[in-house]
Amino acid sequence: MKPLRLRRLSAQAALIPTWVIVIFAYLGTILWTIRISFTSSGILPKYDFVGFEQYERLFRSARWIISVQNLAIFGVMFIVGCLVLGFLMAVFLDQRIKGEGIFRTIFLYPYAMSFIVTGLVWAWILNPTLGIQHAMHNWGWTSFSFDWLARGDRAIYMVGFAGIWQSAGLVMAILLAGLRGIDEDIWKAARVDGIPTWRVYISIVIPMMSGMFVTAIVLLAIAVVKVYDIVVAMTGGGPGISTEVPAKFVIDYLFNRQNIALATAAASVMFVAVLVVLGPWLYRQYFRKERRAA
Amino acid sequence: MSDPIHPRGAKPRHLTPGRIGLYAFLVFAAAFFLLPFYVMVVTSFKTMPEIQQGNIFSLPSKLTLAPWVTAWAKACTGVNCEGIRVGVLNSFKIMIPSTFLSILLGAINGYALSFWRPRGGNLIFAVLLMGAFIPYQVYLYPLVRMLSMVSLYNTLPGIIVVHVIFGMPVMTLLFRNYYAAVPVDLFKAARIDGGGFWTIFTRVMLPMSGPILVVAAILQVTGIWNDFLFGLIFAGRDHLPMTVELNNIVNTTTGTKAYNVNMAATILTAMVPLIVYFVSGRWFVRGIAAGAVKG
Amino acid sequence: MDSSVSVRDLRISYGALDVIRDLQLDIAPGEFLVLLGPSGCGKSTLLNAIAGLIDVSDGEVWINERNVTWDEPKDRGIGMVFQSYALYPQMTVEKNLSFGLRVAKHSREDIDKRVARAAEILQIEPLLKRRPSNLSGGQRQRVAIGRALVRDADVFLFDEPLSNLDAKLRVDLRVEIKRLHQRLRSTMVYVTHDQIEALTLADRIAVMQGGAIQQLDDPLTIYNRPCNLFVAGFIGSPAMNFFRGRLEEGADGVRFRGQGIETPLAGYDGDTALLPGREVIFGMRPEHLLFDQDAVGRPGQVEAVVELEEPMGADSLVWLTLGEARLSVRCGSGRRYRPGDRVPLAFDISRASIFDAETERRL
Repeated sequence: MKPLRLRRLSAQAALIPTWVIVIFAYLGTILWTIRISFTSSGILPKYDFVGFEQYERLFRSARWIISVQNLAIFGVMFIVGCLVLGFLMAVFLDQRIKGEGIFRTIFLYPYAMSFIVTGLVWAWILNPTLGIQHAMHNWGWTSFSFDWLARGDRAIYMVGFAGIWQSAGLVMAILLAGLRGIDEDIWKAARVDGIPTWRVYISIVIPMMSGMFVTAIVLLAIAVVKVYDIVVAMTGGGPGISTEVPAKFVIDYLFNRQNIALATAAASVMFVAVLVVLGPWLYRQYFRKERRAA
Repeated sequence: MSDPIHPRGAKPRHLTPGRIGLYAFLVFAAAFFLLPFYVMVVTSFKTMPEIQQGNIFSLPSKLTLAPWVTAWAKACTGVNCEGIRVGVLNSFKIMIPSTFLSILLGAINGYALSFWRPRGGNLIFAVLLMGAFIPYQVYLYPLVRMLSMVSLYNTLPGIIVVHVIFGMPVMTLLFRNYYAAVPVDLFKAARIDGGGFWTIFTRVMLPMSGPILVVAAILQVTGIWNDFLFGLIFAGRDHLPMTVELNNIVNTTTGTKAYNVNMAATILTAMVPLIVYFVSGRWFVRGIAAGAVKG
Repeated sequence: MDSSVSVRDLRISYGALDVIRDLQLDIAPGEFLVLLGPSGCGKSTLLNAIAGLIDVSDGEVWINERNVTWDEPKDRGIGMVFQSYALYPQMTVEKNLSFGLRVAKHSREDIDKRVARAAEILQIEPLLKRRPSNLSGGQRQRVAIGRALVRDADVFLFDEPLSNLDAKLRVDLRVEIKRLHQRLRSTMVYVTHDQIEALTLADRIAVMQGGAIQQLDDPLTIYNRPCNLFVAGFIGSPAMNFFRGRLEEGADGVRFRGQGIETPLAGYDGDTALLPGREVIFGMRPEHLLFDQDAVGRPGQVEAVVELEEPMGADSLVWLTLGEARLSVRCGSGRRYRPGDRVPLAFDISRASIFDAETERRL
């Protein structure tokens, strides 16, 4: 038998690729990105120091402000929409209905498709000339008008709508699993107590599933911050810059507009924002529990 | 008995209004979710003149396979007119090694972190957690530079490395959670039987990881196939995955828009994850629950 | 007949499978009835049917002379306590107790009065502001009992309420439940697989197996005169000793012979006549065997060989071989036995049980 220390050594050795990735691809890139955001780099990185100049430029940029506003609109609409629709679907599927498997399969299949596919399909359905509007005119409803995708003030809502279509099934799946995990006796006790079903959901089940809701919200929130593909596919950021989002802002300035300092400043803002919002939750979720278990 | 109805046996069931409303909601919701798929399919079988005159919901008056042929072999992405088939091949070339490597790395990490408590394990775990949640935009530029330094930028191995890097957090968490549920006594027994790090991993842990391997494979196959951002940035012109090709076909500015071709190409792109979804059934749901990384 | 709970011609099936078939049960007002049986015998199903938590396939359920077969659980005048406590986790103890009453729109004073009374009876006043997650298992089950109590129910249903508790608490709470019954004098139906709980708590025990009641009697009758082989084997720990053999005519009346054992059966407290020639199973509880000094001079005295001894403090269990049979004897802990010791042994026939080998019914 090899001595214990050697065995631990092979565990450490097995983690070398992981360490390389952690140090270079995660920690290194973050630091590098933040460093560039304090320079005056254009196409190529320049390692001078200009303080918060890029950040000031960023928040003076109309495009960035619109991106952030759009992210807020999209985020609220997407998260609330997915939660409400997903919860309703989960609860209704939990009522011992016929064909549950079929309904569940239908509700979840969009989640298997990419945001690119989602965006392209909905862009086609909502196409202002040949889409829904055209179909309604064909059916004789000639006054019907639906051109939100082509209107700068409305297009972002359509992106949100398509996002809900894609992800509501995810919330449904998570919450349905939660509902199925609730002790059968709780339902029995509530029936003996004479509590109506809707009241059981509101007063007992939803509070019991708060963890599931948080999980769903976190997953949706991550999708919100990362939102990029669906905008590219659905509107390309247009009309004009009316559906731009922060993630797209960064990519465009990095690779098309060749202003890497501004792009990295935007990326750093996203990073810090996510860290501030998610950090405490992550800590609570993983490390506090760990300590209690140990 | 004075009671005209004498209750006995099962209570008779009536279809209550609530019950009808419930089914109405479900059917309505199902229609909402199916509609885009329906529109995609019917559009892909129509001719362009019919699309311009008719409406998106009607069935094709005469079936044409031409859009599918064009989408597969002739559609243009900018200057190239080779259809989406190039993208299919590229997507497979990217997806298969990336899936395999990221799962392997995740399994080793999860196993090492759960059972061997290596030095710095908590740091790895914290960084990976962070990595699972932070927008990719933060990593992109330096990663491009690093990969160019080692001549991997815009190459097939390069995009595979990127997928392995960004697949690692979820894969590690997945396996760590799975192994955390394995009784430590099993590990101790294997240690007493003289198993080392790799022996225990390959002989004891991997053979009992069947379910989680399936879940991981489902997550990675669909996730990598559906990726757009990394393919766009890291794959290089010769290895663009299908999603990027698709977007290029649809958004190409040359000529009139061929919506039927676009929809055929879209269905083709969605095909692989949809097949995975329908074949895997409940496993896909398990994947979601596991991917939800509950601590 | 005046009954508090009455189950008539009950059948419950899932698909083609009958979980309960043609079951009759009448429970007197104020009676403590225990449904006892191994898992899967249908006892919990029966309790849930009485509560109205599962649909019956056929038959009727009456509570307090009222046909409640189609009534909702809340309208049946019952309170129920569950194995997993089933407390509402996000509510304080007080809210757990009062939630049903508040939904039913009772007045504030009425609710407070009932909660206070339940809390006083169960001595959980100090816990009222706490949440279930901050309570011990025993405390949680008290609260669950309290929730049944505030409903002012005529009938209390307990579904294995003590099974999730550790041994010590189980004994404490068992006494508590018995005390509660003596104080309230309500009808209680109690499901358990633990025979000690059944024997200590019940006025009558219904021993169930295969969806049917095997025997419904007071605990001592169940223990001393089990009506069939299943009940005899299920009740008693360590289990009754069984010997296969046949009845024979002897000089002193009918005798039992089998597995190398022979004993006269004079003094047997039977239900039917013992006919010679019949194949039977002869059963003796370990505590009813006469052993060592007690056996000396008894009719049919034999000598058994000690195999091993299990001292249990108050008494000891001695495993013996006798002829081809192996049996256990419970005896005082005054003397130690060694493997190979030869000890006199006799049967106290008045406490024996004899079953027909074919029908397995008591003779």
